[in-house]
Amino acid sequence: MINKVFNSTEEAVADVWDGSTILFGGFGGAGLPYEIIYALYHQGAKGITAVSNNPGYHEEGIAKLIANDRISKLLCSFPVQKDSYVFREKFKQGKIDLELIPQGTLAERIRAGGAGIEAFYTPTGVGTEIAEGKDEQEFDGIPCILEKAIKGDFAFIKAKKADRWGNLVYNKSGRNFNPVMAMAGKITIAEVDEIVEVGELDPESIVTPGVFVQRVVKRS
Amino acid sequence: MDKTLLTREQIAKRIAKELREGDVINLGIGIPVLVSNFVSPDSEYVYHSEQGVLGMGSLAEPHEADPDLVNASKEPVTLVPGGSFSHSADSFAMVRGKHIDVAILGGMQVSEKGDLANWKVKDVGLGGIGGAMDIAIGAKSVYVAMTHTNKDGGPKIVKKLDYPVTALNCVSTIFTDMAVIEVTRDGLVLKEIAPGFTIEEVQQATEPKLILSPNLKEIAIS
Repeated sequence: MINKVFNSTEEAVADVWDGSTILFGGFGGAGLPYEIIYALYHQGAKGITAVSNNPGYHEEGIAKLIANDRISKLLCSFPVQKDSYVFREKFKQGKIDLELIPQGTLAERIRAGGAGIEAFYTPTGVGTEIAEGKDEQEFDGIPCILEKAIKGDFAFIKAKKADRWGNLVYNKSGRNFNPVMAMAGKITIAEVDEIVEVGELDPESIVTPGVFVQRVVKRS
Repeated sequence: MDKTLLTREQIAKRIAKELREGDVINLGIGIPVLVSNFVSPDSEYVYHSEQGVLGMGSLAEPHEADPDLVNASKEPVTLVPGGSFSHSADSFAMVRGKHIDVAILGGMQVSEKGDLANWKVKDVGLGGIGGAMDIAIGAKSVYVAMTHTNKDGGPKIVKKLDYPVTALNCVSTIFTDMAVIEVTRDGLVLKEIAPGFTIEEVQQATEPKLILSPNLKEIAIS
């Protein structure tokens, strides 16, 4: 019997190693996997490269990990929200590196990472500081820069419902980066509100097919 | 006649007149979000929001707020009937694949070629891009809403950007508190002027030489 359901967040994150690359779903607090991030905080892994649209807010989400110097590098589109003071402070102190990425490029690099596309050309960022050091070519007269895929050793994601096969549906704009991160994580851990019987999710409505998910854990 | 700079609301109201029923629209923060207050209530418009909402409605009342349904500023919003959700890569495929009709964005500077700077102020280490670069290059039309001059009275419409670039050759039309200016291959065309201002005054507040539209008129602010 296929069963990807873990009994606790602690078990689900037990083997995360120091120096791993982790993709964190969420747009601000929407679709943010709070509980597995919290479990990782207790688990202790450090030297993490984090891929996340935002750097956490107040001391919530990955800001909790950043505050404890557990993240050494952040790939992110918007690190300057008013409430992301934890990141700003650590960045100023030189304790965390930043790779700033336009949000659409970030999403597409992750999607590519999950889809076996190692790199692609896009017009976004041409003529900006994002283009520095990147190959530039024109296609049909449109100048483009080369962007490389992003893959994760782990992906921490949040969904609304799962079954034991790892099929997922999401809640509203809580979907955001979660489905593409599920694709690009070698070990994708989904935190969900509800676990239902196999066959209960409408196959036409499943957003992330279980093949992209390795572990499921229910939010407490 | 008195000359008064347009208010933020008046700029938004002027831009709203450009929108056509059925347009798929992305609104930036600042003056742009005000535009939706001035569109015709009898027409249907589709608002796209970068985190994966197509058909975004108004801000949510406290009793209907869902922390998983937010706008790009992370405020709780509603979804209109016919609205849909998508993941971030599909949401930006709508943007990058030229499926958004109009993006209305704030601006720090616009060049005479239609280059836009709006994501980071000068000489500051850290900035946030979010969806700005994708939206500026991806939307079919880009309208910039901003004040005509900066806090020191200097022009924000310049020959060449000296602020960090968001995207090159992307702006279609600039709507300011003083004028409506279209970006064309030949240069910047002055199309409308705020009541009470002269062509010379607008030119003085603008670095590149303006081309006068044969139909140059006053901005209707009523």
